[in-house]
Amino acid sequence: MNTAAKRAPGATDLAPLDVERVRRDFPILSREIAGHPLAYLDNAASSQRPQSVIDAEAHYYSEIHANVHRGVHTLSQLATEAYEGARDKVRTFINAASVREIVFVRGTTEAINLVAQSFARPRLAPGDEILITWLEHHSNIVPWQLLAEQTGAKLRVVPINQAGEVEIPAFESMLSPRTRLVAVAHVSNALGTVVPVRRIIAAAHARSIPVLLDGAQAVPHMRVDVRELDCDFYAFSGHKMFAPTGIGVLYGRKELLEAMPPWQGGGDMILKVSFAGTTFNELPHKFEAGTPNIAGTVGLGAAIDYLEALGLDRIGAYEHSLLAYATDALKTVPGLRLIGTAADKASVLSFVLDGIHAHDIGTILDSEGIAIRTGHHCAMPVMDFFGVPATARASLAFYNTRAEIDRLVAALAKAREVFG
Amino acid sequence: MDLKDLYRDVIIDHNRQPRNFGRLEGADAHAEGFNPLCGDRLELFLALDGERLKDLKFEGKGCAISVASASLMTEALKGKTRTEARRYFDEIHALLTQPGHVPTLELGKLAALSGVREFPVRVKCASLCWHTLNAALDQQGAPVSTE
Repeated sequence: MNTAAKRAPGATDLAPLDVERVRRDFPILSREIAGHPLAYLDNAASSQRPQSVIDAEAHYYSEIHANVHRGVHTLSQLATEAYEGARDKVRTFINAASVREIVFVRGTTEAINLVAQSFARPRLAPGDEILITWLEHHSNIVPWQLLAEQTGAKLRVVPINQAGEVEIPAFESMLSPRTRLVAVAHVSNALGTVVPVRRIIAAAHARSIPVLLDGAQAVPHMRVDVRELDCDFYAFSGHKMFAPTGIGVLYGRKELLEAMPPWQGGGDMILKVSFAGTTFNELPHKFEAGTPNIAGTVGLGAAIDYLEALGLDRIGAYEHSLLAYATDALKTVPGLRLIGTAADKASVLSFVLDGIHAHDIGTILDSEGIAIRTGHHCAMPVMDFFGVPATARASLAFYNTRAEIDRLVAALAKAREVFG
Repeated sequence: MDLKDLYRDVIIDHNRQPRNFGRLEGADAHAEGFNPLCGDRLELFLALDGERLKDLKFEGKGCAISVASASLMTEALKGKTRTEARRYFDEIHALLTQPGHVPTLELGKLAALSGVREFPVRVKCASLCWHTLNAALDQQGAPVSTE
């Protein structure tokens, strides 16, 4: 049988991912919790760091650190090179046209707030509409609610179906002459649903409506090409893609960013300051007031190098196979209901267990060394939709194994035992 | 950390069959509790006879610890005075948070909650109903939160 013919177009001829070798790159994975080897299944909340990322930050602080864009001394030049070098890595990673379109922020939340306040706010009149979906993380709900209060605009929410998929016909019918912005998750954090963003963007652009994608849960799992997606803004966080916390990225189309006023004022975002007025710096520095998280960007650059070396296609293939294995395994657990069964999913398994609250599951699994998230996952509307106060969520990365899934299933049986 | 210390038989029993579960029609005091960490919600109803808590009922969804704690609380406080109820609040708070706390009240089945102390992230689950009780006794209108 010709296996090459089955491969997706563009897939490279790579050997399968060697998970045991990959695991050795992540020092935390060899630690124990409660006397058991750690099984870290909470990657959608935050992923772990490979040694190369930890080393890159340490090296930056040991050998390079000074403030950026300021001094003529050697260290300042080296720090600036490291910082701007990381920006170029991000540009390549998401295939943006220019480094000017890459704004460093604290994370996805800050990126969305920046777009809400700097892009959307000046353009909104009372009665205008912002369109989101029922799947959104609170960070793609609350900034728009604040904005609606400030401007009199309305927040409209596209429904989802019982599988946790966005209702595309409803989305299309909700695009109105008053819609000023569409803001949607690329991948749902609570359910793992991969949202058909190309269709959403095409429909919005047909009406000249810009689209922001919350890519926090997408970038660790799949290749993201902002030009191929044709999105206007793309937001993501470093810490969910094996990079440090406190660093994230806002991609924005250059012509949109150029037209936007600065969001925060301070050093580094100016060209000239006098008490008569200030000339703002060019992109992207206009949006980067104050001394940035330089070490974080260096770590982000190292994480991108790590992901590129591993190959996102290879990562995606491995995770899909692990997701299928985990889905089948969880289906064998009596009384377990999977929440979020979209046809196109990233490696997230949200579930409830008859008669056992998610919180109790979380504690029992923790005593077995298994880390999962329990609760509402910062997506309370999703919980309300499915009529549950909380779910247990196992979210997988490329360093997770089938053996860890087997341990999860065994620990769920133990939870059943505890509760009789 | 021993799971058996957390999920004692009394806790499992009161979770499976919560006592005093339901609404109390014509309640004299009522409060809502909410734990944003896990999304748990709880409503507490009190029937008062002067200073005395004649009846208590609760309703809501929550984990085993929060349901059992509410069930045990309603059972223990029935017939107690407001002042006594406040003393139980203080006592349970100490039990849940202070290592080596020596009880100053007859706790009865409530002593089963002492295992929660070893699981700090679960203390809020056990204390939700007690904060709700305080709010009901104060007759505060707004829902209480453990955050």
